[in-house]
This record gives sequence, C-alpha cells and structure tokens, in this order.
Amino acid sequence: MKPARHVRDDSLRDRLLVIDPRDRSITDARVADLPSLLRAGDLLIVNDGATLPGSLAGRTASGAAVEARLVAERAPGLYTAILFGAGDWRMRTEDRPPPPPLAEGAVIDFGSDLHATLAEVSPHSPRLVALSFREQGDALWAGIYRHGRPIQYSYIDRPLELYHVQTAYASRPICAELCSAGRPLTWGLLLDLARRGVRVARLTHAAGISSTGDPALDARLPLPERYEIPAETIEAIREARARGGRVIAVGTTVTRALEGCALAHGGALVPGPGVTDLVLGPRTPLRVVDGIFTGVHEPTESHYELLSAFAPEPLLREAHAHAEREGYLGHELGDSCLILARDDDPRGIRRLEAVARG
Amino acid sequence: MSQDTNTTSPLARTAALVTGASRGLGAALARSLARRGARVVAIARDIEPLDAVVRQINAEGGEAHAFAADIGDKLVVHAIAGAAAALVGPIDLLIHNASTLGPTPLPLLLDTACEDLGRVLAVNLVGPFRLSKVIAGSMALRGRGTIVHISSDAAVNAYPRWGAYGVSKAALDHLGRTFAAELEGTGVRVLSIDPGEMNTRMHADAIPDADPATLADPAVIAERIVRLLERPERVASGSRIEAASLGVVS
Repeated sequence: MKPARHVRDDSLRDRLLVIDPRDRSITDARVADLPSLLRAGDLLIVNDGATLPGSLAGRTASGAAVEARLVAERAPGLYTAILFGAGDWRMRTEDRPPPPPLAEGAVIDFGSDLHATLAEVSPHSPRLVALSFREQGDALWAGIYRHGRPIQYSYIDRPLELYHVQTAYASRPICAELCSAGRPLTWGLLLDLARRGVRVARLTHAAGISSTGDPALDARLPLPERYEIPAETIEAIREARARGGRVIAVGTTVTRALEGCALAHGGALVPGPGVTDLVLGPRTPLRVVDGIFTGVHEPTESHYELLSAFAPEPLLREAHAHAEREGYLGHELGDSCLILARDDDPRGIRRLEAVARG
Repeated sequence: MSQDTNTTSPLARTAALVTGASRGLGAALARSLARRGARVVAIARDIEPLDAVVRQINAEGGEAHAFAADIGDKLVVHAIAGAAAALVGPIDLLIHNASTLGPTPLPLLLDTACEDLGRVLAVNLVGPFRLSKVIAGSMALRGRGTIVHISSDAAVNAYPRWGAYGVSKAALDHLGRTFAAELEGTGVRVLSIDPGEMNTRMHADAIPDADPATLADPAVIAERIVRLLERPERVASGSRIEAASLGVVS
C-alpha cells in the first residue's frame, strides 16, 4: 500500500474504509461521512497529547554527528530516546548507521542552549538510551522547541513542520509521533457530531515511536507508555453504555489506554494515571471499546494486529486487499478506517457492570 | 505566598498564557494573575525584560514561566502552545495582549508602507488568530476556557495616524465576536477588553508629549481586568468591555 507522502489539503475528503464485522461488509466512504455512520448516544474518545518536536540533531564530545529521537518522558528533563548515527529522516530508518559508541555520562550537544548526558544505555541495544537534559523548566522547553523537529520518515517527500503533525485539540506535548488517527478530525466535524448527539471525550496517552531502525529493538515496541484517564471520561463511558451507545476509540493509543486500564484493574476503569505496554491481538477480549477509527495499515504492522481484536483476520485481509486495489493511502498522513465491532452485544451488559464497579 | 495572595480566587491553580508580558499591561496582568494563584506563562520577544518580570513574580511566591517568541511568526505558534502546556498544563485563560503600533512617529495611512500595515496585522491579528486556533481547540475539547483580546478605542474611533493599529484592533474585535459565535455551546468564551489609555512605553512611543498624570496605571487596569476574569460567565461571550466601566478595586 502506498503511503501518503505529504499533507493533503482537505482532510474531510480523505477516504474512509468502513469495515463491519457484523455483516462482513467493506464500504468505501469519506471522513466527512463519519457523522452519518455514528448514532446519537455514541461516544468518541480522542487522545489529547500533542506531538513533540522530538528529533534533535546533536554532536558528541568527539564531534560525531548523532540524531536523538525522544520517545517518552520518564521524569522532568529525563527522556527515553533512540540514538542514530549520521544522517536524517531522508534515509530509511533501517539504513541509518548506529550511533558511535557512547558510555554513560557522555554529553551530547544539541545547541548552545541544549545539552544532555547519557544517563543510561540499554543492555538490549546501544541505540536505546536515557537522556538527562542539563537545562530544566523554561530553558529546557525553549531549547527543545528551538532545536527539535518533528520525527518523520523517508516515505514523506518534504520536511514536516510542527503544525503539520498536530491534531486540532491537543495540549500537552507528550507524543513522540503524531497520534495520526485524530489528524483528519476538524472542528467542523467534531461540532457536527456534537449536534447529532455524538459526544467526544478525551484521555492523554504518551504515544511512543513506531520504528527504531533496529529489528531487535522494533520487536520490543511498544515500550511501556504512560496514560491518564479523566474521571469525566469514565463517567461519559458509563452514560454512553446506559444510552445503548457505542464507545469508539480514535486510534490505537486510546484503545490501549482504555483496554490496558481495564486489564490492570480486573475489568474496571479507574481514573488517573497508569502505564501500559498492552499489545492487542486476535484473542484479546475488548472490555471497554466497541469500535475504532484509525488509519489504514499494512498486514505486517503491529497496528494491524491490534485491528484483529475488532474484526476477524480473513475480513481484515479482504479489506486490506480492497484498499490496495482502490488506491487507499497508508501511514500517518494517509486515509482512515472505521471498524464498529459490537452493537447490542450481550458482552456490552457485562462491560456496563465492569464500568459501574470502577 | 505574599500577603496579596487570594487563595480562594477562582483563578487559583488555573493555567494562564499572557502575550506581550515583558512590560506594560502584559506584565501587570501576569502579576495580577500570579497573585491569585494562577500558573502563568509569559510570552514576549525580548527574553531579558521577560525574565525580569518572571523572576520577580516567582520571588514573591507566585508561579510564572518565560518563553521568548515573536507572536507574528507562524513557525512558533505550536512551540508557544506546546511549551506552555508542558510547563503549566492545558491553558485555561489566553490573553492576547502583545501588540505593535507599526512605525513611529505614527504616519498617515497615505504614508504607511503596505509592508508595515502587513506587519501590524501579522502581530496584532493573525498572530492571535493562530495561537487561538491551537489553544481554543484544546479548550473546546475540555469544555472550558477564556480567550481575551486586548483592544483599543482606536478600534472604534477613527483617529488620524492610528490607521494600521486601529484597523488591526477593529479586526481583532470582530475575530473575537466571530470566534465567540462559533464556539457557542462549547464552554469556550471570548471577550474583547479595551483597557483605555495607560502610562506605558507603547503610549509614549505613540504620543511622546502626553502627560503621564492623565494616563491610567497599567497595574490598576490589570487588577480590574483580572477581577472580571475571575467570573467571566457574568459577561456574555463575544462582548466588548471597556476597563473604564469596570468597578474600581477597593
């Protein structure tokens, strides 16, 4: 499947592949059609994390060029990061050389006003490190925004600016990459949904990176990711259930936060912060979400594995083949897909009870 | 905390972003908000006077953060919004105070270069528009927030030589009304506030011969504005308010 190579003008015209496991149908639609595919009483849940300018070009003490990609904040100023040697996003990630050998305590200079020390090098790979920034607070954020650029990949045909890779509702910069499922949602669409009785709730999930360039490290993704679910979102889920509405996750991060939270708490949703490294697959029971609005993915990608929790694999393969034939575009700037897995399902009653316990 | 702190203010623990906060009304707004327990992010182009304002607020027990940026620059909008949210959380109150007069001594429109009008519009209108787009989106998702446009009577009255500035403020007023209409029902309120003539460097740049005794103290005006913003629901979203009509702080 071809990736979308650059930002397209009108996201409402992006294509929307609608997969319905109940009647095994595959329908071609547009993102603009989303309000007519949902019902009053349904609840959309979005991830309100903003995208960090997480790609930082730096030099080691010996003058070697490195690129650091920030993956997740562990503590203020302390970040899990992936290090690369020379080169940038224009080279395929898997072709990038590894970083020069660096010991813990080595300093990387990202600019006159941004420096980090290697606090840790992972025993699994010298590419996976913890960076401790010397600057703190105001000076740290000034430095990150002055020197950082969005993480991007070689299938994109031009440098991306930060305004290309944000959703229309994000706030705290905690996502390593754009939570792309929400990218096409304009405020016109969101307010139209609200007028039709489809509520929108939020959670915050620190999405990590999608690729490290090292297959052994890639196999360890996703690394544990922090999330935070507001009490009002859990209340909104309860109310949607009571109305017979469906809970639709906008993206895989929202799915993993909700299902990860329920898994960690015996099926109940608990407000507040948490950490999850949940990987969903064909045998994962969905305790919270009834459907997903997300991007279009290759069958070999981990996101595709997650989709198999929503629809049977033969149907997903058929849908993917259809999307290929019809010229759908993949990756973070590409087209979208909607799977509504459940409707009037007896398990919905059991989930209502689980939410009520929480 | 200083003796002026009102720990029961509705603004306590809210996240506020003020542009043009290195001096004048902007600095005074940052101080008034911080005294009430708001967590303030102060934006201005010049880091040194901005840092001085922020240091003073922090030394007095408030919480303020400095981020240097030119509000007219398209490329820093997400940097401003992102850094602010990283430092104090999602923004609850956004005050668009940063303004430029354009070239001084103020020229007639007939003598104003179109590039200078463009620059005034870029800073006074398009900059606030861009920053509001980013921050209002997050406010609308959370179902609450207030956006304030600092206006001027030059937006309403036709003063010769105030063309570029006046046009930009008139447009900013209407931007506020239109945003308010679009955001009706989302919980996001938009207000325009005309602070009146104040004893500031901007006023001195525009009217060097003015008698400072006839001009309001920006600290007094800031207090009036912040008291209004403690209860923004008392004023209809989309309203334009003159600070002179607000109650005197006792």
